[in-house]
Amino acid sequence: MKPAAFDYSAPRTLEEALDLLADYGGDAKLLAGGQSLVPTMNFRLAQPAALIDLNGIDELFFIREDESGLRCGAMTRQRSVERSALVQRATPLLHEAMPYIAHSQIRNRGTIGGSLAHADPAAELPALAVALDARMYVRSVTDARWVAARDFYVGLFATAMLPEEMLVEVAFPSLPPGSGWAFDEVARQHGNYAMCGAAAVVGLDAGGAVEKARLVFLSVGEGPVEAKRAAGLLVGERPTATAIRAAADAAATQDIDPVGDIHAGPAFRRHLSRAVAERVLSRAIEKAAGKAIEAGAH
Amino acid sequence: MDRTLDRTITVKVNGREYERSVEPRLLLSDFLRHEIGLTGTHVGCEHGVCGACTVLLDNEAVRSCLLFAVQTNGREVATVEGLDAGPQQLHPIQHGFWEAHGLQCGFCTPGILMSLVPFLEQNPDPTEKEIRDLLSGNICRCTGYQKIVEAVQLGARLIQEKSS
Ligand SMILES: Cc1cc2nc3c(=O)[nH]c(=O)nc-3n(C[C@H](O)[C@H](O)[C@H](O)COP(=O)(O)OP(=O)(O)OC[C@H]3O[C@@H](n4cnc5c(N)ncnc54)[C@H](O)[C@@H]3O)c2cc1C
Ligand code: FES
Ligand code: FES
Repeated sequence: MKPAAFDYSAPRTLEEALDLLADYGGDAKLLAGGQSLVPTMNFRLAQPAALIDLNGIDELFFIREDESGLRCGAMTRQRSVERSALVQRATPLLHEAMPYIAHSQIRNRGTIGGSLAHADPAAELPALAVALDARMYVRSVTDARWVAARDFYVGLFATAMLPEEMLVEVAFPSLPPGSGWAFDEVARQHGNYAMCGAAAVVGLDAGGAVEKARLVFLSVGEGPVEAKRAAGLLVGERPTATAIRAAADAAATQDIDPVGDIHAGPAFRRHLSRAVAERVLSRAIEKAAGKAIEAGAH
Repeated sequence: MDRTLDRTITVKVNGREYERSVEPRLLLSDFLRHEIGLTGTHVGCEHGVCGACTVLLDNEAVRSCLLFAVQTNGREVATVEGLDAGPQQLHPIQHGFWEAHGLQCGFCTPGILMSLVPFLEQNPDPTEKEIRDLLSGNICRCTGYQKIVEAVQLGARLIQEKSS
């Protein structure tokens, strides 16, 4: 047997799961897709006293749309998000980035909530959630609250959730008309964790100047890193190639402080960040400009 | 109740029902190999990376080393042993691998075959890029993948010929 022994429960409702989580008082781990948790248990890096299996809780599996945007239940499989026509229409950036997460066999089990809660600095979904201004719905037996994605990530594999809290749902607001978006990353092999990646969301005003810009990196810090200086340089400016290059440069030199690992040292990560930032900002701006022109023709 | 105790599960593997008492920490890969003797499912890394242990759970390709056997209670698992229709009656994908030399030592092959079954059902005429994307989840130390890509292309053709 690889993993250490644990208590196993498979609740059928969210309330039951929250009760169990409270009863175990921090000794239990929630089991979502198991694609990050079970490897660490097989290595015995994690030896939770108990697992609360969320796979039988039907109410946590959903993708729907309301007036404010897209909403996904925590247990929605990454593969379902990838294949959902609703996601593709309502939150195309999320749709486009899903295939970068691991391999299809992993996405068949892995969940959106599991990845968001795991808070791996190299994961795509946390960076996408920050770029898209997502909000997390977090519950415990006694409490329920919404947390903005940018406040949700507080450090390496760390979130604002308390031990007896659980991520129940994530909401992605719709982007206003005139927005453009892009995602890109560099990995040694497709499906591997990226050495650097970035998501960009840009809004242009009627005159074609940048009204809003958000650039969020993965794999260059302790969690998703928002490049605020780069965004600040762009806002109010006409998005010329020179302006984009200057923003990408600021992102790579001022907004991030990457550490090295066996795959890429800090200097190489900065180099990749500059290139990836320039690429995603350019693509996002082109997309936004295309839309603005369309809107102006009416 | 002591929740670490054995659970009785009933799971259908390759169409046959098995009832067994298992510890919650027993991985599906170990259940298949040690409890019911189906050693065609190979175990390479046990952390989801190599793909050798890939099986179908309710017709979706998943890593059996990242699932607990208790989680398959009441569900259907398919392994490489269930692919052929009998002796000398290989599945068309297996035939493709045989003809095109899609394997050398064969360690990675069961996981690749099981990944391909739903893939080719959903995508009967894949491009080379799509095939390579799919194969990115399976590590092969022998072939260099070129022959595997050719085997998949041949297997896809054989399936289409069979159904036309
Ligand atoms: C070979 C391989 C390659 C991978 N490559 C990538 C990659 O390129 N990019 C990437 O982003 N990921 C990658 N992953 C990880 C994968 O995306 C996981 O599915 C994901 O990180 C965790 O989701 P899960 O549903 O499997 O969660 P689990 O592994 O079940 O759980 C992960 C953690 O989150 C906690 N948790 C789960 N659900 C909740 C909840 N609702 N509320 C609170 N806490 C919760 C668990 O207790 C656990 O601590 C890879 C995994 C493998 C095996
Ligand atoms: S043994 Fe399961 S993926 Fe390697
Ligand atoms: S044939 Fe030997 S590992 Fe693939």
